[in-house]
Amino acid sequence: MSAMWASVLVVGAGTVALKAVGPVAVGGRRVPQRLLGVLAMLAPALLAALVVVEGFAAGRSLVLDARLAGLAAGGLAVVGRAPIWAVVLAGGVATALVRLLT
Amino acid sequence: MRRGFQVAAPLLPAAVALGVSFGVLARAAHWSAAAAVVMSATTFAGSAQVATVSVLGAGGGVAAAVVAALLLNARYAPIGITVAESFRGRFLRRLAEAQLVIDESWALSGGGTPGFDRGVLLGAGVALWIGWTGGTAVGALLGGVIGNPSSFGLDGAFAALFLALLASQLRSRRAVAAATGGALIAALLTPVAPPGVPILAASLAALAGWSRS
Repeated sequence: MSAMWASVLVVGAGTVALKAVGPVAVGGRRVPQRLLGVLAMLAPALLAALVVVEGFAAGRSLVLDARLAGLAAGGLAVVGRAPIWAVVLAGGVATALVRLLT
Repeated sequence: MRRGFQVAAPLLPAAVALGVSFGVLARAAHWSAAAAVVMSATTFAGSAQVATVSVLGAGGGVAAAVVAALLLNARYAPIGITVAESFRGRFLRRLAEAQLVIDESWALSGGGTPGFDRGVLLGAGVALWIGWTGGTAVGALLGGVIGNPSSFGLDGAFAALFLALLASQLRSRRAVAAATGGALIAALLTPVAPPGVPILAASLAALAGWSRS
């Protein structure tokens, strides 16, 4: 099986299970507040890491390249409350443009 | 349910647009259209899906991609618990309905508050699922037509998308602390660890959620 399909199937099954934890397994039982707090903070922590890796990592080094322009354009679009497709487009076009010109 | 459709209507364009973006990006990263659509229909969670494509594309391997995606979706355990009491009936029915709990449907329905509306949760979930999966199909077809030129700025587009998804999560001071910590860990580990590891290690920053607010 290809890496792509293996990932699709495992992530799909795992996510179905994670969403079911509350409605199917936990029911009315109480869960420690601190554990819930940590689980809720996983998304912001990981998304910030993904911004760093996707925006600055090149193999095992951190570099400033055309992607910085993409992040800047995307950041401006986010601040300006642009729709998400416009953020993605701004990031892609700005990166491609800087790459073309340099 | 019907109220859920109405309440979700303003969010539908965003769900479709993100679905289209995911479809286009997945195709540009050499995924098949079928894999992109199947993933949207089953996983139904944007950040985790984009992360899977991104980590695999960066050479992180299946294990790193899967673990990163599932850690991103780990928030659905606490989110599901806040609405667990409203789910009744047989196992399969609860399992199916639980899949409709996503960030947006949960927020729209007032999840975790006394005013929680189960009908809105399910209606909004169904509407957003249709928009998300349909958008992915459109994007995957478009991406096949556009082909390679879009991969030119693909990494920048991914970075911008993660930035937008991150911005939508920064609703509290603790979330900002977790994000700052995650970014620092990823930056510090990138020079010394194999691809995929810096992202997984960043999950330690979620311990910012340990303190009582």
